[in-house]
Amino acid sequence: MAVLHSAPKFASNEGVIDAISETISVWLIESYDSHGELVFRVERDAIARVLQILRDDHAYQQLMEIAGVDYPSRPERFEVVYMLQSLTKNHRVMVKCSASEDTPVPTVTTLWPNAGWLEREVFDMYGVTFAGNPDLRRILTDYGFEGHPFRKDFPMTGYTELRYSEEEKRVVYEPVVLAQEMRTFDFLSPWEGADYVLPGDEKSRGAPTVAEPKTTEKPGDTGAGKKADEAAAKPVAPPAPDQKDSGKPAPGAPDATSKEGGR
Amino acid sequence: MSMQREESLTTTGEVITNYTINFGPQHPAAHGVLRMVMELDGEVIERIDPHVGLLHRGTEKLIEQKTYLQALPYFDRLDYCSPLAMEHTYVLAIEKLLNLEVPIRAQYLRVLFAELTRICNHMLNMGAHILDVGAFTPNLWIMDLREDCLNFFERASGARMHSAYFRPGGVHQDVPEKLLVDIGDWLDNRFFQLFEDAMSLVMDNRIFKQRNVDIAVVSRDDAVAWGFSGPMIRAAGIPWDLRKSQPYDVYDRMEFDIPVGTNSDCYDRFMVRVKEVYESAKIIRQCLRDMPQGPIASTDGKVSPPKRGEMKQSMESLIHHFKLYTEGFHVPAGEVYVATESPKGEFGVYLVSDGTNKPYRCKIRPTAFSHLQAMDFMSKGHMLPDATAILGAIDVVFGECDR
Repeated sequence: MAVLHSAPKFASNEGVIDAISETISVWLIESYDSHGELVFRVERDAIARVLQILRDDHAYQQLMEIAGVDYPSRPERFEVVYMLQSLTKNHRVMVKCSASEDTPVPTVTTLWPNAGWLEREVFDMYGVTFAGNPDLRRILTDYGFEGHPFRKDFPMTGYTELRYSEEEKRVVYEPVVLAQEMRTFDFLSPWEGADYVLPGDEKSRGAPTVAEPKTTEKPGDTGAGKKADEAAAKPVAPPAPDQKDSGKPAPGAPDATSKEGGR
Repeated sequence: MSMQREESLTTTGEVITNYTINFGPQHPAAHGVLRMVMELDGEVIERIDPHVGLLHRGTEKLIEQKTYLQALPYFDRLDYCSPLAMEHTYVLAIEKLLNLEVPIRAQYLRVLFAELTRICNHMLNMGAHILDVGAFTPNLWIMDLREDCLNFFERASGARMHSAYFRPGGVHQDVPEKLLVDIGDWLDNRFFQLFEDAMSLVMDNRIFKQRNVDIAVVSRDDAVAWGFSGPMIRAAGIPWDLRKSQPYDVYDRMEFDIPVGTNSDCYDRFMVRVKEVYESAKIIRQCLRDMPQGPIASTDGKVSPPKRGEMKQSMESLIHHFKLYTEGFHVPAGEVYVATESPKGEFGVYLVSDGTNKPYRCKIRPTAFSHLQAMDFMSKGHMLPDATAILGAIDVVFGECDR
């Protein structure tokens, strides 16, 4: 596919997958090149070893980022993605491994000192633990926070809110009370089966069932018949004056539509 | 500052007292809500434990609930000192997933405003840095220049700071010709006079040098290992600039130099920024000179909205408009990591799409994380007042660091 976008262009990906795969083939699960990004999925227990090989043998000197991602439907729901950058080759790769709540990922603080905070953040947000990280505290959330907020099953509103209490002269934590329902709209395609019912929509599901249907016993009860027709024919107001068609358009009337049609 | 005494016995029986000091979160030199727990031996820093996250707003979580376009303004609010640079990374990430072509005028406009943002950011940072080490006047002078930049943003987008001007596929609207003329005039007749005046007060100033030279020297190897980027890595003597090495938009057409430091101390970091302002001005002049006429947003109706006039004539445009502002556009499944040279360093966005109209995951790589983490080893052995100089030279903003 031809590259049309103007996003940052680093050195060519050509041959890089083969060169790297060769040296880490023992632990490699899959590798692919999509959207111009090289991704290597490796076994979790070998992540530190793989990253060391990439740093020492393939000149990826910098660890720019560690990102966590949550895929709740997978058996090991979390993915930990390492972004590496090579200053000398001007190239970037991603290395990832999967993890669950109770399978620790080996730390890479031994390879890069800045991995400490990055791992702390993944731990804080997703609850992935890193074996060997000497300082695995929470980092972004509040002191004493419970839970891992970026998991997909963590509600966006959270569970607690805080306010300053005038009576107690301090900040107090309380359960979240929503004054109105969370405004989440599913615009994915409203006419192709959104999974919620719009107010009033339930009426379109067919006529409502009634316990005892109303019926009329005999035709006289319906109010129809000769007598009713006569009553209806009786004029209630004098007839309108005759109007003659003069053939001319009324003043101010729009032009007649031409026979050819058009816009 | 709150203080707490820690007493420890030495072998000879005398009592040495170490102070543990809370620097921030309410401290003018903490550049926002940074809390640093400092362990001091007299006035010498033994250990620093920075506590970040006091401004954490869950931006990444919020972005997962919004469509791609609705998520854009969150980026303005990350690094609120250089909002357009943040947007730039995000729109490039979306465009990379979509493989979307951006018209050349839009690319020029983006580069022009990204560089104006860089000047704007450096004005604030250098002013604050100078103020942190004790000089007052230059800050007032260059804050005036920052105000000029903000006025330009307002004229282009209608908002001084949170512009939401860059959009996937281009920019929101074209700029008036007069604005481009005025930017050129400003560079020629006003900017450098004021800027050079202000810098002449500090660059060779004895006190300023005493406070910055040889403070927090970081070796090349350390700068690489700690994941430094931007002026921090350039001050260490590594000519690494993503605008040059991994060009995006029309940076590959621009001629500019990468200033590097020699000593890798706070003074070098400051001077790298000073020189970068000149390079930015060079790029802006080239943009103004070479910018062609043409469309300012992608012509792909599935991504960028139609013009008002078209909407009144064409049913298709009306449908596109309606779909774009309700459902939004769909981005093909995949993942990209896009990093650009923000004024503070490498700002990255790791965007995971599952093929719907909302990002599945949007991880933001703040520049400050690596730099602030190195605060401990950079300030070890320095005096307490040096901590403010080091922090000022890092150029940290908490909207971005805490997200």
